[in-house]
Amino acid sequence: MSSAGETETERNDIREDGRRPPRAVVGSHRIKEEMFGRAFDARIMSRIWGFVRPYRRQFLISVVAVLIFTLTQLAIPLVIRSAIDDGLLAADGRSALIRATILFAVIILINFAASYVQERVVGRVAENVLFDIREAMFSHLQSVSQSFMDKTEVGRLMSRLQGDVNSMQEFLETSVISVGDLVLLFGIVLCMLWLNWELGLLTLSILPVLFIVRLIWLPKARVVFIEAHEANSVTSGALAEAIHGVRTVQGMTRQTVNLQLYDDKATTNLNAQLRSAMYAQVLVPIVDGLTGLAMAMVVVVGGQMVLNQTLDVGVMVAFLFFIQRFFDPIRSLTMQYSVMQRAMASGQRLTEVLDVPVSVTDPAGAMALAPDAPGSVEFRNVSFRYEPTQPVLRNVSFQVAPGETVALVGPTGSGKSSVMSLIHRFYDVQDGAVLVGGVDVRQVTQESLGQQIAMVLQEPFLFTGTVMENIRYNKAAATDAEVMDAARAVGAHDRIMRLPQGYDTKLTERGANLSMGQRQLLSFARALVADAKVLVLDEATSSIDSYTEQQIQKALVTLLRGRTGLVIAHRLATIRNADRIMVLQAGQLIEQGTHDELLAAEGRYAQLYKASHASFDDVD
Amino acid sequence: MSALADSQSAEKPSLRAVEVMAQTDTVGWMTGVRTMWRVTKMAGETPWQVVFALVSTLFAASLQIIIPRLLGHAVDQTQTALTGGAEAAQAALWTTAILVLAVSTLRGIFATLQNYFSESVGHYTGYRLRMQFYDKIQHLSFGFHDSIHSGDLITLGLLDLEGARMFFSTGLVRFVLLAILIGVGGYWLISIDLWLGLLALSFVPYVGWESSVSQLKLRGTWLVLQERLDILSRVMEENLAGIRVVRAFSAQDHERAKFHRASISALDLAYERVDIRVKSTATMTLSFFIAMGLVLLVGGMKVQAGTITVGTLAAFLTFMTILQMPVRQLGMLVNSVARTSTCGARLFALLDLEPAVRDRPGAPALNVTEGTLRFEEVSFSYPSAPLQDVLQGITFTAKKGETIGLIGPQGSGKTTIAQLIPRFYDVTGGRITLDGQDLRDVTLTSLRQNVAVVSQDVFMFTTTMENNIAYGNPWAPEEKIEQASDAAQLHGYIDGLPERYRTVVGERGASLSGGQRQRMSIARSLILTPAVLVFDDSTAAIDARTEARIFDAIRAQSADRVTVLVAHRLNTLMHADRILVLDMGRIVEQGTHAELLALNGKYRELYDLQHRSYGVTA
Repeated sequence: MSSAGETETERNDIREDGRRPPRAVVGSHRIKEEMFGRAFDARIMSRIWGFVRPYRRQFLISVVAVLIFTLTQLAIPLVIRSAIDDGLLAADGRSALIRATILFAVIILINFAASYVQERVVGRVAENVLFDIREAMFSHLQSVSQSFMDKTEVGRLMSRLQGDVNSMQEFLETSVISVGDLVLLFGIVLCMLWLNWELGLLTLSILPVLFIVRLIWLPKARVVFIEAHEANSVTSGALAEAIHGVRTVQGMTRQTVNLQLYDDKATTNLNAQLRSAMYAQVLVPIVDGLTGLAMAMVVVVGGQMVLNQTLDVGVMVAFLFFIQRFFDPIRSLTMQYSVMQRAMASGQRLTEVLDVPVSVTDPAGAMALAPDAPGSVEFRNVSFRYEPTQPVLRNVSFQVAPGETVALVGPTGSGKSSVMSLIHRFYDVQDGAVLVGGVDVRQVTQESLGQQIAMVLQEPFLFTGTVMENIRYNKAAATDAEVMDAARAVGAHDRIMRLPQGYDTKLTERGANLSMGQRQLLSFARALVADAKVLVLDEATSSIDSYTEQQIQKALVTLLRGRTGLVIAHRLATIRNADRIMVLQAGQLIEQGTHDELLAAEGRYAQLYKASHASFDDVD
Repeated sequence: MSALADSQSAEKPSLRAVEVMAQTDTVGWMTGVRTMWRVTKMAGETPWQVVFALVSTLFAASLQIIIPRLLGHAVDQTQTALTGGAEAAQAALWTTAILVLAVSTLRGIFATLQNYFSESVGHYTGYRLRMQFYDKIQHLSFGFHDSIHSGDLITLGLLDLEGARMFFSTGLVRFVLLAILIGVGGYWLISIDLWLGLLALSFVPYVGWESSVSQLKLRGTWLVLQERLDILSRVMEENLAGIRVVRAFSAQDHERAKFHRASISALDLAYERVDIRVKSTATMTLSFFIAMGLVLLVGGMKVQAGTITVGTLAAFLTFMTILQMPVRQLGMLVNSVARTSTCGARLFALLDLEPAVRDRPGAPALNVTEGTLRFEEVSFSYPSAPLQDVLQGITFTAKKGETIGLIGPQGSGKTTIAQLIPRFYDVTGGRITLDGQDLRDVTLTSLRQNVAVVSQDVFMFTTTMENNIAYGNPWAPEEKIEQASDAAQLHGYIDGLPERYRTVVGERGASLSGGQRQRMSIARSLILTPAVLVFDDSTAAIDARTEARIFDAIRAQSADRVTVLVAHRLNTLMHADRILVLDMGRIVEQGTHAELLALNGKYRELYDLQHRSYGVTA
């Protein structure tokens, strides 16, 4: 939790007549996430391997291709050497030169083929694995426990599904290449030693220096890079906030203060970026200097050896070529180290998601709930809690007969929503049993249970897509005519027809281009199309004008006709229309009866009724 | 139609503006040039960095060209031993070695300076663009923000800005480097041996062309891939946000299939990208090696013929290796130009917008004396639907101490009236005055300091409770914050939180219910001491008893101001001094609750409706 103290000291320079700094910040303090993990974590690697396994043949092909590619890279300076020594400086060189050229041609063709195969296969496998991981996570999230979904913010899951998955891709693509780099590095070393071991050893003496320099540099640079990354996301966060909250900013004339606060963040970011640019560059002169040193050594020592006729000049040229290639694998290998660490941190987070337990499962050999089962609902001594210490429902028992409509009322936190969720088995009860159609919901498949129950949630959540697609939702069998009938039944048809493209009108984010009332009617139509025996409905509390309200009331009657209804009711009209009212308080069923009976009883219901005519919810 | 049209034009993003933004993706040639010129001019605001970057580039490139020559010399020096004597050859080798070391190190230093300074020019440009963007966003009027999706604005401020700011380092400097390397280096090769030089450079046109074409292709597929990935993330995001609906309908398999479709369509394009990339890198490398093989063959024959030395041949080959990388980067340069022209064009289009609602030049501050608000024949239509009148001939006067109630069906114009008072939009006909001053003639800042709106949608900032309450006046003393939250019936709740007023709202902090958010919004406006306080249907989620307590608490202060109350619930505005009943953008009835009931008109109708569903007790 960010402390207000810290944020106040951030700007102690704006003061109005020497008073204390303003209570103002822009952008939120982000929750930091580990960017780097251990460089290698066997458990995570084996999980990642699990996703690569289906492509192991391609994987193997690409490794072989990388090896061939690397060998050709190594061979090229050797061919040049032989062209110079045997072709140019030998007595009868012409045929040797042509031989070398032909060899060169063969090698570059192999090089071409190997690099093509390797990059293409690696690229495709990496993309495949990436999409597979994402799909596995998405699919898993469909069935993990509802409590996990309740607790976890969508944004956090999204960053798993996107950011973390992407950093795995980077890892996969570079991992095969780094195999090549390793081979290349060893190959260069071997070739140099083979060509001339004295000169080779001398040249290689700069290697440890380079490694040490990079090892010192890496941890420091990483701190700076992370800082820059953080500063950037803080600044972006502040910008996003300004965009989302622009109406409040303008309404409260906060522009000047905010611009100054933003300037602080943007300046911090600028400085962090400059520092990181410096750190990124600081190694270049060292690497270049060392390359120069190695080449100078070859020139002096190698040149001397050529003068003494103990070394062929072609070998000297080959050395110069090798030295120039020498630093590439080292550079990319040290980079790969960071990529590995990042990938391990991401992999850790990904496996966390994949390992979230699925708490509600079909028992072995679960039967389908018979389509002709009666639409009855029963709670038998149900006790339920989300957290071990906080009981939500305590020993609740009731029965709802097929066709009956029951209104559930009670203050916020009384357990109404939990009752609703338990009928659909979003959670499993700790004690007692929930029965639908006379069968314990834990004994039937979730699929078949879902077909017996339709739900209308408080927030009429709509998906991007056409009106038609939204009403039909997953009932693929519903014809267009059936969809329209449902819309007509809830009184939404005329309004839909007045939309620019009627049923084909695309809804924007969450149905933002519809009014709240229209969204509710669509969600009613959607439930009607689902055509289930039991309807569970959480009435919306949002403010709707009285005319739309009327229409929704009418639609509700249509929706409930011929079905068993459990309604979390807020509106008096809904409550009055119910066959029975059940009053929940602190997880217990304290009263039930008709409106008049309950008023006469002068209990909690009567109290609630007098306190609020608008909402039974927000009563303290 | 009216309900939808109203909701679309008032608050909801219309797709049109977004489409307009999207179309600028293919910019005209002239716009591209103008955009790049503008970015370059911005770079000129840090002139020293620019000069350092360019000078370092010049040095780094020149030094890089020298290295192969030195190495070539070294090779030749080993061959001259027989003619010139071992001593002299050895001394020459030492000189060359020292030169190689010095030149390499210097090149490294200049390359560092080149990269650092060109990056820093980019970062300074980015900083300035960011500040301009932020400032502009804060001042563009509601009409603009209504017409554009917030996600698109964020993309503009993050990705497009990034694309534009990088132009100097990824475009200009790289271009200079390439020009020097190819120009000077090529000249040097050709001057030594025309045909061998041409052979050595023969891969340059192909690699330059291929990398440019493939980068442009990659950019094209990238844009499409981005769109498909956006769809994919929308599928994921909606699924997670609506997971209860998904489960309520047992639609998990339906959702999995939806995801799979979106995923496959993005994967196809990802494949395509891999293929384009692989094909171009492989053929570019091949063309380079073919050139090298030809130089080796032809150069070898020339060495045999004695036209050139072995050292020259070695220098040619080394120089080719050096040139390979920058030539491949030609494609990135082309990409950078393409990216800058589209990103920059979009960004500058926004930065050049003038807010529709802005201060008149030399406008004075609002001077509140009597505190009288007057609407005179006001008519209005939203900028997004100019032909559709939302308000027509609205005339009313509210004096200090009065409470005016506004009621009417959805789309009748209540919220619009609430938004015109702080001049979130400008009226299209008639005028609104405060103490005789037309709202358009005074400064926006002074006006909005005097008009507070408690809106329907409450935006909570991720910061402490006190910062949220004191949003309009960050200098407000603690007592005032507590008073305001007490009046808004929020104090009890905040006081019970572990860190009280320092509890952070939102992510990992306290989450507020709809009613609490509305109360927060009320507290926010009570911090200010406005001459006009507007409640835009802002108590709908608050229960009647709490609402009554809030109004009791603020009634004490309402003698000093005009209160405008928009509501659906009659309970809320029954006690207003005057109630205006709106329908289709006109005032159809007005009077007190009792008068309106007696009128037996629209108001009565509403009353009966609500009585039936809520049980209004008058």
